[in-house]
Amino acid sequence: MAGETEKANVLLSAKLVALGVAMFAFAIFVMPPLYDVFCEITGLNGKTGAQYQAREITVDTSREITVQFVATNNEAMPWVFEPGVKSIKVHPGQPVDVIYRAVNPTNRDMVAQAVPSLVPFKAAQFFHKTECFCFNNQPLKAGETAELGLQFIVDLDVPKQVNTITLSYTLFDITDATEAKVAGNNRAQTP
Amino acid sequence: MAHGPAKGITRWLYTTNHKDIGSMYLWFSFLMFLLGGVFALVIRAELFEPGLQIVEPEFFNQMTTMHGLVMVFGAVMPAFVGLANWMVPMMIGAPDMALPRMNNWSFWILPFAFAMLASTLFMEGGAPNFGWTFYAPLSTTYAPPSVTFFIFAVHIMGASSIMGAINIIATILNMRAPGMTLMKMPLFVWTWLITAYLLIAVMPVLAGVVTMMLMDIHFGTSFFSAAGGGDPVLFQHVFWFFGHPEVYIMILPAFGVVSAIIPTFARKPLFGYASMVYATASIAFLSFIVWAHHMFTVGMPIAGELFFMYATMLIAVPTGVKVFNWVTTMFKGSMTFETPMLFSVAFVILFTIGGFSGLMLAIAPADFQYHDTYFVVAHFHYVLVPGAIFSITAGVYYWLPKWCGNMYDETMGKMHFWMAFIGLNLTFFPMHFAGLAGMPRRIPDYNMMFADWNMISSVGAFLFGAAQLLFLYNVIATIVSGKKATDRVWEGSHGLEWTVPSPAPYHTFSTPPEVK
Repeated sequence: MAGETEKANVLLSAKLVALGVAMFAFAIFVMPPLYDVFCEITGLNGKTGAQYQAREITVDTSREITVQFVATNNEAMPWVFEPGVKSIKVHPGQPVDVIYRAVNPTNRDMVAQAVPSLVPFKAAQFFHKTECFCFNNQPLKAGETAELGLQFIVDLDVPKQVNTITLSYTLFDITDATEAKVAGNNRAQTP
Repeated sequence: MAHGPAKGITRWLYTTNHKDIGSMYLWFSFLMFLLGGVFALVIRAELFEPGLQIVEPEFFNQMTTMHGLVMVFGAVMPAFVGLANWMVPMMIGAPDMALPRMNNWSFWILPFAFAMLASTLFMEGGAPNFGWTFYAPLSTTYAPPSVTFFIFAVHIMGASSIMGAINIIATILNMRAPGMTLMKMPLFVWTWLITAYLLIAVMPVLAGVVTMMLMDIHFGTSFFSAAGGGDPVLFQHVFWFFGHPEVYIMILPAFGVVSAIIPTFARKPLFGYASMVYATASIAFLSFIVWAHHMFTVGMPIAGELFFMYATMLIAVPTGVKVFNWVTTMFKGSMTFETPMLFSVAFVILFTIGGFSGLMLAIAPADFQYHDTYFVVAHFHYVLVPGAIFSITAGVYYWLPKWCGNMYDETMGKMHFWMAFIGLNLTFFPMHFAGLAGMPRRIPDYNMMFADWNMISSVGAFLFGAAQLLFLYNVIATIVSGKKATDRVWEGSHGLEWTVPSPAPYHTFSTPPEVK
């Protein structure tokens, strides 16, 4: 009788420990990717998709959408970082090239990473980048200037009520992280 | 079988007795309650007047953080585990907890966790200063070096809670006396069974979120860093996925305590026992799908705001069922107002006020104004102080005669109640007004217009603190020199724990009682 209760206790405890371990794994290995997927589907946070392969080009000249460009430096990032044009008008389906300009005015070599965000959120999944400097990090030597290219297409299916899209880049200083070259970041980067 | 406790310090170090461990949990939590209380009084002393008087803003931030952490993880949670250790085996007719050695372990790692957490106060860079919610990047990129000690302290607390929860579930499911069916269990046992499941479900998530912080800080990952493709908002989602069930972990056992006390002093059986059980289970379920109401202002799609708003409001239904049942239990009862009953009645009234301000905060569009103001502080202190703390206090007064065999001093108990009751309302009620007028939380200075409300709050806080010292004195005086208590203790008491002598012998129910 006493032995049976003990056996039941051990079995039940093992099950509960397994539940605890499962919840730990859920928090670390499931929630972050799930959140990324969720953001991608809903356009939440203005996360735009990764590189996009252009399909056959058809341009809808009946619509015109204003795309505005914003550049922000994160915290103490000393670079000069600005869009070549503040805003342009594009037709859905038309591939458009623009540039951002970056200057490293410091006397040390640095590496930067631009992280995009886009409003309105509901336009995020209709804004395709075929080329973007944000896909890679940007090393600039001391005093160097660079023109950073961006090619995008606004999808033909962009919702009717969207007339203006604002694309913002925040520039982060990742010099230290790059130098440390620490492995371990397994998260999919979807800049 | 009739051997008593061992002698000396080893009794407490090696004990596997649920009563010893329960007592240690309760004393430990009271110590933490005083420590967290001192932190709170530093905050209230600084806020007594506008301007900076007593502490530096950096230290003020450490105080708000440590106050929250110590009260949540050090005072409230261990106190409920202590009550569970003492009462659950006696309520279900079990000889002890199911896993007595793990029980010893889960208690004895706690002092180490909190020693580690408290030691950060003396470290270079100071203690954690990012609020008890430790939002990234405040707790990662901008954290003081002591954050690593904080992370490991949280790991240990989590391990302790999970072990405690496993033990409680195993005890309740496997150790009940013959005839004690699930639907005959006292409500305190029911609420703890559900709380224990919540603990096992969410404490690992807390461990996960601090582990991700640890990796971001030391191992170069970017879970919460936008520069590396992560997102600080993810932190808030994971944290509150733990954090919301956590607030029910701190309140469900309280529901169980008052559900034991009110019928005793109303001399009527609890109204709607089954509905209480189902309401508790519904609250536990709903707690998993409402977390984002803590982050309405973070930028969510409108559908998300609406979902979390309605889901949150839905919790008012089972909670309303409970309040209705307590009031109906008292209705036309032969009520007397001994100290445990006073605390329980105050619990019902004040917790309901906290629930109503919670409903106000649940309204997503209105929350944009209330967010991060003193209104939020008023709200959660109204559910935690007269909720969790009052119910623990009520439980201690209610069961203390059974634990130590002596009756506490009723006059001193009533004195304690009225000081605590007036003190807490003076402290927290004005915070509603300060918050609605726009006073932000966690800031050491404030606009002149909030000066009067803050002065009242600070006076109330010191009154509340003094009341707890009276409580300490009363408990010690009872143990040392109280009048002998009867076995039944209370005229209207029912349940297995009142069938054993007072004080409860070291071993109870070595042969299972017959439950009809």
